[in-house]
Amino acid sequence: MSRVRLWRFHGGLKLDSRTTRPAAEPIGTVPLPSRLVLPLVQHVGQPAEPVVAAGARVLKGQPIARPSGYIGAKVHASSSGTVVGIEDHPVPHPSGLSAPCIVIETDGRDEPWAGYEPLTAFGELGANALRARVRAAGVVGLGGAAFPTAVKLGAGSGMKLLILNGAECEPYICCDEVLLRERAGEVVTGAQILMQALEIARCCVAIEDDKPTARRALEAALAAAGETRIEVVSVPAIYPEGGERQLIKVLTGEEVPARGLPPDIGYLCQNVGTAAAVARAVVRGEPLLSRIVTVTGDGVARPRNLEVRLGTPVAALIKACGGYTERAAHLLMGGAMMGFPLADDSVPVVKGTNCIVVASRDEIRPRAPARPCIRCGECAEVCPAQLLPQQLYWHARSGELDRLDRQHLFDCIECGCCDVACPSHLPLTQYFRYAKTELWARDRDRERSDLARERFEARRDRIEAEQETRRRRLEEKTRAAELARGDENARKAMIEAALERVQARRDRPKGDGQGPDR
Amino acid sequence: MRFEPTAPPHLRPATSVTRVMGEVLLALVPATLAWVWYFGPGILYNMTIAAAVALVAEAAALALRNRPVGPQLLDLSALVTAVLLAFCLPPLTPWWITATGAAFAILFAKQLYGGLGFNPFNPAMAGYVVLLISFPEQMTRWLPPLGEASGLAPASLDWWQTLRFTFTGRLPEALSWDAVSGATPLDDLRTQLSVTRTVAEVRAGALYGSLGARGWEWTANWIALGGLYLLWRKIIRWQVPVAVILGLCVPATFFWLIEPGSHPPPTFHLFSGATILCAFFIATDPVSAATSRSGRLVYGFGIGVLIFVIRSWGGYPDGVAFAVLLMNMAVPAIDHFTQPRTYGHPG
Repeated sequence: MSRVRLWRFHGGLKLDSRTTRPAAEPIGTVPLPSRLVLPLVQHVGQPAEPVVAAGARVLKGQPIARPSGYIGAKVHASSSGTVVGIEDHPVPHPSGLSAPCIVIETDGRDEPWAGYEPLTAFGELGANALRARVRAAGVVGLGGAAFPTAVKLGAGSGMKLLILNGAECEPYICCDEVLLRERAGEVVTGAQILMQALEIARCCVAIEDDKPTARRALEAALAAAGETRIEVVSVPAIYPEGGERQLIKVLTGEEVPARGLPPDIGYLCQNVGTAAAVARAVVRGEPLLSRIVTVTGDGVARPRNLEVRLGTPVAALIKACGGYTERAAHLLMGGAMMGFPLADDSVPVVKGTNCIVVASRDEIRPRAPARPCIRCGECAEVCPAQLLPQQLYWHARSGELDRLDRQHLFDCIECGCCDVACPSHLPLTQYFRYAKTELWARDRDRERSDLARERFEARRDRIEAEQETRRRRLEEKTRAAELARGDENARKAMIEAALERVQARRDRPKGDGQGPDR
Repeated sequence: MRFEPTAPPHLRPATSVTRVMGEVLLALVPATLAWVWYFGPGILYNMTIAAAVALVAEAAALALRNRPVGPQLLDLSALVTAVLLAFCLPPLTPWWITATGAAFAILFAKQLYGGLGFNPFNPAMAGYVVLLISFPEQMTRWLPPLGEASGLAPASLDWWQTLRFTFTGRLPEALSWDAVSGATPLDDLRTQLSVTRTVAEVRAGALYGSLGARGWEWTANWIALGGLYLLWRKIIRWQVPVAVILGLCVPATFFWLIEPGSHPPPTFHLFSGATILCAFFIATDPVSAATSRSGRLVYGFGIGVLIFVIRSWGGYPDGVAFAVLLMNMAVPAIDHFTQPRTYGHPG
């Protein structure tokens, strides 16, 4: 079933991968840090709820927070020790803000929790059992987006193809490449489990054509496992091919609908690292406690890939790589195109951390001053979403939010290709991020004002209705009084009735002070 | 340790407006040399005058608009406008005509609209059209090609005589305009056809070569060489040049096939006048062109068709400048109707 052809996605850039040095080293380890900081949000979805309290002793692998909704993931203690606090701590996030974290002071013993039962005979298990295990192990997408894997596996059966994404196209990142080279067997097992859980008969693993050793390692592992349902596909190394939507286009020629997801057209994408984590969770009963992180850039002495416990501060990774060089100027989490800056190295590694870059001033140069747009259209040539960045830029500058929406601003994946292609050095991606938040804010404001208007209208209607009732009742009374004017008995009866009503009101207990007339 | 913040993406463009404009200028070097070879040194003087006036006008306009002068002068865009204008002028052009054209191009067609990136019209073509309308006599006094075709010109001016003409407007005493100048092949063909000669008869004349006109067809080749260089360097994309050439050749072939007596073959159109310059250097001006791929095809094709229409039935021998300006006007509409389909959206 060898693949006859590949397709192309629109645009993209050929970029220097900048991975020669770290990719040449084997995966290293980081000594156990004295404190582990585990954020409650390390995934897409609702924050997890702590299930331990400050002062509790925890073991390595013990769950310390559980998902609070369907889209969520468990957090496990990545070493044994004592919970010293559940508090706000700086977390790796573009905003640079703090978020609630569980802080564990480690005891250095790495004492294991009883763990989950290894499910070595996964081939006999049903989809639900496998999904439950993946959920219990807190596995999320390790490619960077950190979407809970169990939720993705809930997409149901009947899909055409499972795609394992090993197309690491962003400069600096090579954690998937070394994973494939050193632990291809785990990836193959993970792929088998995912196929079983999804009842998919076919799987392909996409690896970029500039990573031949990774490909060979995987092919060897496939041969060793006697696995023929899984195919390895070399894809051209063009950024941002690792994007799920772009990769699906390259492999299948089909496009994921704009407001849809890959399962809508019969495909499911998982990162190769996620597959390995799934394999560990199922076959060894190991929750997601660590991940491979590329630590690189001219600012570290020995760039390499490290197996890092979640919650380890970035500073410990740098130390394990020989410390900073004097050229260190910028600290990034992620790659050269979409990575975000970290203000300092105290933030912890989380499930979605694939790369730490310590860049010199030569690697990340200051932006040249922006010049006027000359409408050259290079941005549109490289845009993988087939947008017209240049037009979006005009609309963003002039604040024409409706037009931005109509020109599909929200299909922008913020890959940054347009920035890098722009001869006028316009910070296009920043404009688009800004415009998106403006649009969100506007929609929120609109919702809020809609709600306020609805409330106001409801109140007005209610008051009007009450006034109408009162008016009608008064009219009735007046009419009755008119009728009773000549009739002494009727008048007396009316006065009696009124007095009774007053008495009844007085007798009522105080708490129920609001009468029916109110 | 604290680190300096930087917003993604962290890679910087390898290109710049200055590089784009610089490559365009570089790509025009072979054509300039060919021009000197076939039409004498006039173009060099015209280029120098146009460049000086364009830069001064640009600097003055920027200063008046309270904009930083340095960066925009260094982006070389004014220089490109000046050089392209010089390519459109007859080799023997008095300095004040060149200066008027360059000043109009920069001040009116570019800076009054907001400077680089904001001009709806191609500045060089706007400047040229102003000259063509204002000084029709001077603008149509072309020189016959020298070099291999030097027999066409009874007399030619040397470097010093050309320079003196440029600044004083006087020919050397022994020479008259009849001796040094001649109509362009397009002009000639037009006049001759109007006196009921056939294309074949006209093209048997000494002015005409195997493809287009002698001398002219060779300068066109050198311009095309520069254009291919720009394509190779990805400064321009293929859509506009191909569409311009198709837009001209499709109707030209059609009319030539049905009426070869009164319509020259498509190769003649292609290798005469400013066709090739237009296809590679003028219509490809990004600021005033359409932006999407399909939009550029429409834009280029429109220019090609208009060139053919103006040449065949219009009031001017060559229609490049008018065709470009007319299509410039259509750009907002073209851009509106040719937006590409976004990924994942229905077509």
